[in-house]
Amino acid sequence: MTPHLAYGAFSYDLAHLLGAAVLVLSFGLLYQRRLTSIIAIYALQSVVLAIAATWQGWVQDSAHLYVTALIALCAKGVAIPLALRNIVFRLRIERSVDAALGVFPSMALGVAVATLSILVVLPNTIESETLTREDLALALSVVMLGLLSMITRRSALTQVIGFMSMENGLILAAVGLPGMPLIVELSVAVLVMLAFVVFGVFFFRIRDQFDSLDVSHLDRVGGTHK
Amino acid sequence: MSPDASPGFWLTGLAIVAGVLFVLGLLAAAGRVRAAYWATLAVCAAGAVLDLGFLAAGHAGPPLSVPIGLPGAGIQLALDGISAFFLLLLMLIGAAAAATALDDHGHYNSTAALLPVFIGAMTLSLLAADAFSLVLGFEAMSLASFGLVLTNHTDPPVRSAALLYLGMAALGAACLIPAMALLVHLEPGAVDLSFAAIREHPPQGWRAIAILVLVLIGAGSKAGLAPLHVWLPPAHAAAPSHVSALMSGAMTKVALYVIVRMLFDLCGPAQPIWWGVPLMALGAMGAVLGALRANIEGDITAVRACSTVENIGLIAVGLGLALAARSADLPALAALAMGGALLHVMAHGLFKSLLFLGAGAALHGAGTRALERLGGLIHRMPVTTGCMLVGAACLAALPPTSGFASEWTLFQAVLAGPRIGGVALQTLICVVALLMALAAALAAAAAVRLIGVGFLGRPRTPRTAAAHEVGYAAQLAMLAMALLCLLAGLFPGAVLAAAAAGLKQTVGLTMAGRSSLLLVTPQAGSPGYAAPAIAALLGLALAGVVWVVRRRATGGSRRGPAWDCGFGPPPAWLPFGDPITQYGGASFGQPLRRALGVALLGAFELVDMPEPGQTRAARLIVRSKDPASALLFKPVARWRDALSGYADHLQFLTIRRTLSVIFGVVVLFLLAVVLLEQL
Repeated sequence: MTPHLAYGAFSYDLAHLLGAAVLVLSFGLLYQRRLTSIIAIYALQSVVLAIAATWQGWVQDSAHLYVTALIALCAKGVAIPLALRNIVFRLRIERSVDAALGVFPSMALGVAVATLSILVVLPNTIESETLTREDLALALSVVMLGLLSMITRRSALTQVIGFMSMENGLILAAVGLPGMPLIVELSVAVLVMLAFVVFGVFFFRIRDQFDSLDVSHLDRVGGTHK
Repeated sequence: MSPDASPGFWLTGLAIVAGVLFVLGLLAAAGRVRAAYWATLAVCAAGAVLDLGFLAAGHAGPPLSVPIGLPGAGIQLALDGISAFFLLLLMLIGAAAAATALDDHGHYNSTAALLPVFIGAMTLSLLAADAFSLVLGFEAMSLASFGLVLTNHTDPPVRSAALLYLGMAALGAACLIPAMALLVHLEPGAVDLSFAAIREHPPQGWRAIAILVLVLIGAGSKAGLAPLHVWLPPAHAAAPSHVSALMSGAMTKVALYVIVRMLFDLCGPAQPIWWGVPLMALGAMGAVLGALRANIEGDITAVRACSTVENIGLIAVGLGLALAARSADLPALAALAMGGALLHVMAHGLFKSLLFLGAGAALHGAGTRALERLGGLIHRMPVTTGCMLVGAACLAALPPTSGFASEWTLFQAVLAGPRIGGVALQTLICVVALLMALAAALAAAAAVRLIGVGFLGRPRTPRTAAAHEVGYAAQLAMLAMALLCLLAGLFPGAVLAAAAAGLKQTVGLTMAGRSSLLLVTPQAGSPGYAAPAIAALLGLALAGVVWVVRRRATGGSRRGPAWDCGFGPPPAWLPFGDPITQYGGASFGQPLRRALGVALLGAFELVDMPEPGQTRAARLIVRSKDPASALLFKPVARWRDALSGYADHLQFLTIRRTLSVIFGVVVLFLLAVVLLEQL
């Protein structure tokens, strides 16, 4: 459709690079153990996503992608990470370490999942544009890695970050598809904000009651099998 | 109007009949119950007339499109030989059921609205000419009949019977809808659900086999084909009798119609010979099982319901044989088997609804349906007993009744069957013939037990002794059905002529040349069965016997003590003996229960004698259980409980485990996508 996005063109290479950067940062989220670093990586991923959206907006010549980029930059790149840092310091857990699975197994799983995503997307979208295909493969990998990092973590805070990183993958897919309406991104962004608020309330209640952010304490509330 | 371009007068009329029946449900719901019953009676009678008109003069035209249903597609209705044949039966039974319902005194008002809807839904399934409207009509029929079964919902057994029925209906839908989906030919762009489009692309290979299995489960469970017949006796015993008459006489036939429509018509003739085998095997098993249970059950409605299982089994044998013979390219045999099956559909539909109406009359007049409490109704309810005698003669397949004509034709087909296929199939057909003979004999015993214990002898309870005849509407309905039974028995050739278009459509050959009004023959030119001649001979013989007896008898009569069998010495307060010591239903069934029931039904008897010194009475405990319930339903219920136990664990997983399950499912899904891509 857009001649700028042909294989080998500069615009294509840069879009590809930015998508790949988001994916690499997802791997970073997967193995990083320190809470503050995880928040920093998430912020960085959101900023890269904002750049990717800006670049797509430029290439596709669609103004609403700039709005998406702005939302990604302000809300997810700055506001949410700052709020999360605030929580971490207020709860005094900035030095805590959180990993349910070792670094090597989680990385191996991550690579396997990313490979699977590429195997799914590339053969199934032969009719589509090259960039769309690879962009979708990258985005699906990011979503799957976000889910993976949710299940390899024990702390509620890191699970929330995994959840928001999944959402970054969705936005990455959305900006790569020409003609995606803005309303989707806005609603998704609002959804994340809401989820963030809810989870924020959540943390404080957990903190009040159990003096920990470890969700395994919630299992007692969920009831037991009779 | 030109005959080829328009949907035709008869079809339009019958489509209006179906629509009016649905509207009558609203009328009954608005409180005008009697008006709705009257109108249902009139509409069903008009439908029967229209249908006869089509069978006599009409020909299958293009379908009628009605803009109701799926957006943009609507539903399509059509009338052809096979659906018109079943529709005639439905309309006759519907009219009789509505007339009987008129005799009610407000007991059925809670579900009165569902009766016309039930008949209308069955009409819709018979008229349907696309997959969607067939499924719509079939499921509406299931739901309406579920509501009707629940009429006496304050009784716990009624509620459990209705729940079992609903569960079986759900199973049927879960099989029938995928079967329809597999039948529909998928083309990119537009999906055409009409039967005409399906006929152009008959299924093959694994799809055809899957359709066969799904249809046998989906429609077979509704028809009462063994081993999925377990719902039938309790549901029929729970429902009001006019509803049982409709369910047993018409609804099971609609299910058979679905089997015929899907396996014979829509799947096309190019199917392997073994397609008939499951129908024949299941049918023969069900016939024996149902007939045996009919000799053991103690409720007259349950006796009828078990006999329905038997008769559906016989019809299924005929259908299976027709399917196999058609594949083996023996159209004459296929037409004979199919003709026998359709004849039995008509005969059984008529006499079974007559018997159910009679059971309702017994309940109405004598206050019970338990054989152990009835007896002697012939004196108090002569019209009902006369009609029941006609129905029981059909059930016992006595010549010259319709039951004999149809079973004779079926037997002719099965006995000619060993010409099909290899040794295995021929052996199977021989075994099936033996089982059918056993079932027919058991059915005759059940009919004798029903009449002898329930209607002859002496009343077993004071309530039965004070029985009274039912109202005129119900009497007229029974008399009309009895008359139809007799006519169908005397002129089976006329019924076969009504089925001619259906035979042509399903097996490609009619019974022309082999059946006339007076004579039905298995092969052209061979000796056959001439019902009127048999009737005349039997009548002459009977008249001769009567004449000889009268001749030799002395004048006047005297009532003396009967043979003492079973009657204890009469106590002082009961000069004629205690009626409860008469030979009863359980005593009549005991030899069969001991001979066959132990092996087939797991029957056992336990004599509970009091210890010396105890004053309680001795008890005889007799139990039997249906093998389908013991071997199929109980294990399935156990698996269901175990599975729901496992599913219960999922509810109490930790958050991380829940997420891991989601992750695992997503990965599996993606893997499936990748693997399917490689294929």
